[in-house]
This record gives sequence, structure tokens and C-alpha cells, in this order.
Amino acid sequence: MVERYKMINIAMQAANNNLALKLSSSKQSAKRFTKIESRDVNVYYGNKHALKHVNLSVYKNEVTALIGPSGCGKSTFLRCLNRMNDVIDICKVTGKITLDDYDIYNSSLDVVQLRARVGMVFQKPNPFPKSIYDNIAYGPRIHGIAYGKAELDEIVQNCLDRAGLWKEVSDRLEQPGTNLSGGQQQRLCIARAIAVNPEVILMDEPCSALDPIATARIEELIEELRENFTIIIVTHSMQQAARVSQRTAFFHLGELLEVGDTKTIFTNPINSCTQGYITGRFG
Amino acid sequence: MHTSIVVIGLIGFATIGYTIGRARAIMTVGGIVKDLHSIPSYYGYYTAIWIGVPSLVMLVIWLIVQPHVIDEVVMSDLPVSITQNLSTSEYSLLLNNIHNTANGSIFSRRNDPNIIAAAKQVNSLRQISFMLMASTVFCVGVSGLIFARNRISPVMRARNIVEKIINFILIISSLIAILTTLGIVVSLMFESVIFFTKIPLHEFLFGLNWSPQIAIHAEQVGASGAFGAVPLFAGTLLITFIAMLVAVPIGLMSAIYMAEYAKPRFRAFAKPMLEVLAGIPTVVYGFFAATTVAPAFRIAVQESVGLNTSSESALAAGVVMGIMIIPFVSSLSDDVIKAVPHSLRDGSYGLGATKSETIRLVVMPAALPGIVGALLLAVSRAIGETMIVVMAAGLTSNLTFNPFEAVTTVTVQIVTLLAGDQEFDSAKTLSAFALGMILFLITFALNLLALRVVRKYREHYE
Ligand SMILES: Nc1ncnc2c1ncn2[C@@H]1O[C@H](COP(=O)(O)OP(=O)(O)O)[C@@H](O)[C@H]1O
Ligand SMILES: [Mg+2]
Repeated sequence: MVERYKMINIAMQAANNNLALKLSSSKQSAKRFTKIESRDVNVYYGNKHALKHVNLSVYKNEVTALIGPSGCGKSTFLRCLNRMNDVIDICKVTGKITLDDYDIYNSSLDVVQLRARVGMVFQKPNPFPKSIYDNIAYGPRIHGIAYGKAELDEIVQNCLDRAGLWKEVSDRLEQPGTNLSGGQQQRLCIARAIAVNPEVILMDEPCSALDPIATARIEELIEELRENFTIIIVTHSMQQAARVSQRTAFFHLGELLEVGDTKTIFTNPINSCTQGYITGRFG
Repeated sequence: MHTSIVVIGLIGFATIGYTIGRARAIMTVGGIVKDLHSIPSYYGYYTAIWIGVPSLVMLVIWLIVQPHVIDEVVMSDLPVSITQNLSTSEYSLLLNNIHNTANGSIFSRRNDPNIIAAAKQVNSLRQISFMLMASTVFCVGVSGLIFARNRISPVMRARNIVEKIINFILIISSLIAILTTLGIVVSLMFESVIFFTKIPLHEFLFGLNWSPQIAIHAEQVGASGAFGAVPLFAGTLLITFIAMLVAVPIGLMSAIYMAEYAKPRFRAFAKPMLEVLAGIPTVVYGFFAATTVAPAFRIAVQESVGLNTSSESALAAGVVMGIMIIPFVSSLSDDVIKAVPHSLRDGSYGLGATKSETIRLVVMPAALPGIVGALLLAVSRAIGETMIVVMAAGLTSNLTFNPFEAVTTVTVQIVTLLAGDQEFDSAKTLSAFALGMILFLITFALNLLALRVVRKYREHYE
């Protein structure tokens, strides 16, 4: 079984990029730019082979959803893209991942700059135990983006505004970010991420700790952010993937089984396993 | 006398009571345990408590009352000629003599036949009292057993009762701890007040001269002694400051290294090694300070600056004390830093912060309350430390902030004031209590401060 999936996978991947370009040009008026591309990426945690031969292209100004059952390696793949796996001692990554055609695992690359270009929002909202203002100002300060207080103030207001949080918190910027509600905290984290002007934003199940209303707000926000950023989102909710994403990739047991336009994946999946997962027969 | 035998007997009795109670409970339901309100062992505990607690209370009361009763009996049996017209202190002296003789102590010099007779009487009374006590306590235990056994029935809520009693025992324990502390503070206060009737408070607090000598004859120079505590507190402050100057940076940085940078294998090896430092007896540190560090500093100063300094110095004591408290700082801070949630670090790395930026800007602020706690603990350790100072910093009071000079500290003075034979009502001895009182107030204030800091950050960061 697995062998067969692998073969389908490889065949599909080989055709994928050319095909996708053709498809998109025929379907969509705008041209698709490849922002991130992974080639034969493998990840090992010690002896555990967590990600196997993943080939995936992510297009600019699109939302790409990563779906699949728990433990299939979605987070692992996401963390490869800004090299957050470097923090884990036992984790080893092979293969090639490029950002704008530049190999991010190249030894001359500065991880700090990479992470400034590829921001991340985590599953559990994790605002720093600092004021709302300092949370947003954190990134600009360490990267020296703002000169002077006035400019920093402007960045903070702008980012909170774009994250749809300004109206709610403008009168209490000095209060700790940890005092906000869960949904507000997550939007704060998004605002914090866009404050460093990234090109790509990685989101690892950003709504899984939130109630439906807060989730809807985040989804709206993602739709708005797509104009300026390339977004990759891991989600457990099929509806969410269908609502927010243009492309969907299905992972299973460390392999990328299927990837394509969200509409296609949800209406007409090639892989029976994908179909099973989407229709809720397993996972 | 052999009170411990009675206590051991009681424990054995209560254990038997446990078995009896348990068996009784099972019997009342004919072996169908689920018909009981609580599981059988609770009925066992219930019985054991009814045996143990009342009889222990009885025992304690007996032990408190017994000596007074015996004293009364013995004294009233003495010939009137002896007990007549005795002042309180003479009376207690007489009692003491009797007790000493009864205990066969060598200090009883008098061979007064009356006293020997009284001592014999004391001994026989004690024996009788012991037998009486043992049987009374046993009787109380048996009554407890019978009472508990009769109360046991399937509907009795043994579990809830045992729960309540446990609650009560815990309250009593914490009360004992609190009351003991209070008692110590109150006794300190009383002695200090007596001291301050002899030496005015302002002289003690603001006087710059400390030489608590007592004149052998009244006309002697400096007969009254000088009780200005400022040099002592200055010395304590100086040495504590030097110690913290050593311990805080080294301790904190090693904690950061251990928690954030070190490989698990190195950490597993190095952390216990650091903690060994805390286990070294302070007298060994003192030895090290006096024989190695202090002379080394003196030579270094001589050669580099050309100054002649004493071999005892605040610097040597402070540095060695600092080394001693490194593990307090590092071990506690390490735990606190480790406890900062990983998600915060991830968030910071995800924004492109480097490791040291993350530690400086996110981890340390989040860990601050705990670190403040660790530092204050280290400070109070340093303030209270005596041995190293005695050996390496000297005994003479000296109002200076020059770390190369010999100074002395509050705790060292307390030791020298109370060491050896002392009169307990001289200003010299009493001043030790006053010093202790002030020292207590200082550490108390430090702790209050620490609590406030911690609470402030809690409010902010949770
Ligand atoms: N830090 C780690 N150390 C060891 N194994 C890990 C680690 N993180 C993830 N894994 C393993 O890698 C696999 C993929 O995990 P993950 O990427 O978190 O899955 P997903 O996000 O799709 O639920 C899982 O089997 C998990 O046990
Ligand atoms: Mg995950």
C-alpha cells in the first residue's frame, strides 16, 4: 500500500510544478510565483523518520493548508521552513528547501534573517509576559526596524490595526498581553509576527485553542493578510482548510500523499486515502 | 523517666486497635464490605485515633503537671526551719540543689541531710508517678478502644471523621511552628527591651563605636563599654555586598548556561557537582578563607599597590562566602529558568531573536520573580553566616568600607558576646539579644520585600 502511495506521490510531484503552473494560468488570471519549494525533504528525530521525501511548492500570496491526521508530520514540515527544528537537538533535516530560489539550509544563511522573513504563529497563543505594546515592539526592536519612539508607535498601531485588535486594545497598550482573551492573544501573536515585515507566515493550528467566534475572526484576518503575505496554515478542520486556503496538501504517516488546489482536493481527490480523511472516514 | 517506653507501648496499642476496629467493622456487616459506609481501614484508623490521641494528651498533661506536684509535696515536707523566710531565688536554689542531688549530679556540693532526704523522696515520688502515669494512660487507651468499638456501625461515616481529624492534626502542627517562631521573637524582644533600659536605643542604633567590655573595677578606663552597633552592621553590609558581588553574576550565569546551553549529559553531571558546594561545612570554607584566600589577597595587594594590609580582610571573607552561596543562586535560578514555558522561547525564536536575546528579553523577565526569591535567600544566608567571618575577617569592630581591612559582623559579635561564662544581666550579654533582634527585623523586612516583588510580577505576568 505505502509503496503504491509513494509511487503515486512521486509521480504526482514530478508533474506537480509544471502542471500546477499550467493549471493555475488556465484557471486563475494572476500568475503564480513559487515562494517556497521543498525537494526530497526528510526529517529524522533520532531514529524516527518523521518526514519522508516531501516535495511541495508554496505559491506567493496564497494560503496553503496542510492537513492530515495527528502525528503525520505537519508541524514538523512547517518548522523546517523557518528552521525552528534547529532548536531541537535530535532533529536532522535533509533535502533542499528554497525561499525565493535561495537554499535556506545553506550554511552561509543567517537563521535570524530567515526567521525575520518567515514568521510563525503557534498553536497555543504565546504572548510574552510583557505589555501589549512591548509584545508588538519586540521584533522591530531586535531587528532595529524602527528608529525612534514615534516610528515604533506607528508600527505598533499599524500592526494591531491589521490584526484587527487596535480598537479593542488601543486604550490599554501598557497592560500585559497575557491578560487578553485567547482569541485576542492569538491576534496579538499574529500582529507580533507581521511587525517584523515577514514575507511568509507559518501558522500551526492557530485556531485550535479558540472558540468559534474567535476562529471566524482569525479566518477573516488570514483572508486579508493573503494580499501581502504568503501563508501556510496547519489545520485539523476540513471546513477551515476549505474556507481559507487556495491550495491544500495532505500528509499521512510522514508522507505528502496529495497536493493540489483546494477545490480539487475537496471535490475530486485522486488518492483514496485523502478522500477517506476528508470525508471523515478516518483520521 | 522511661516515657519513651510508654509512647512505644501506645503506638503498639493503637496498631492493635487498628486491627480490632477494622475487623469489627467487617464483622458488623457480616463480611460484605460494600455495605459499610467507608472502606474498613477507615474504621481501623478511627479506632486507632481514639486509642492514641486521648492517651497521648493525657500523657502530655501528666508530664507537664508532675514536676510541679512533686516539688510542692517535697518542699512542704521539708522542716519549716529551712523553708521559712526564703526569697524566690533562694527557694529555687534550694529546689535546684534537691533536683541535682536526686539526679546524682556532681554539682550538688551540699551534704545537708535534709536535702538528701528530700532528694530520696523526689526519686520515689517520680517512680510512683511513672507507674501511675503508665496505668492511667493505658486506661484512657482502653476506654478509647471500647468507646470506638461500640460506635462502629455500618452507617458510621468513619472516612469523614478521619478526614476531619487529619485536618485538625495538620492545623495543630502548623500552629506549633508559628507559635515557636513567635515565642523566639517575643523572648528576643524582652531581652532587648531590658538592654535598652541600660543603653539608650539611639546610642545603640547610631553609635559609631563598639567595644562591649565590662570593667573589672569601676574606675577602669572605658568602664561602661560602648554599644554603637553601626560598625557591626556596616561590616555585615560590606561582607554581604562582596559576597553577592561574587555569587550573583557567577551563579546566574552558570544557571543560564545549565538551563539553556548545556547538553543534558553535562547538566546531569554539573548540577549535582555545583550542589556539592552547598554541602561543604562552612567551617571548611572559613579554613580555606583564612589560610589560602586571605594571605593571597594580602600578597597581591602588597605587590600591586604596595599597601601593607592585615591578613584578615573583609574581601577574603566576602569572596569565600560568595563562593559558598553560588549554589543557592544557581541551583534555584536554574530550576526557575527551566520552568519558563517553552512556547515563549519558540515565540521569540520564531521572530528571529537569537538565543541570548531570547534569554535576556523573554526568559529572564519571565523568571524574575523566582530569581529574586533565590537572590534574597542567598542574601539572608550571607547575612547569617558566621564561621567564615570569624576565621577570615576578624573580631575587632572597625567602621570602614575598605575591603582590605579587617571588619566584624553582627553574627560574629553575637557569638563572641555569648561564648564562655557570662552574666545574664550585664549589658554586654543583653546586647547580643538586641543585635539578634535588629538582625531579625532586617531579614524580616527583606523577606517582606521579596514577597512584594514576587507578587507584583505575578500580577503582571499571569
Ligand atoms: N521534538 C520531537 N522529538 C521526537 N519526536 C518528535 C518531536 N516532534 C515531533 N516528533 C514526532 O514526529 C512525528 C510528527 O510530529 P508532528 O510534526 O508534530 O505531527 P503533526 O503536527 O502532524 O501532528 C510524530 O510521530 C511525533 O511523535
Ligand atoms: Mg502539530
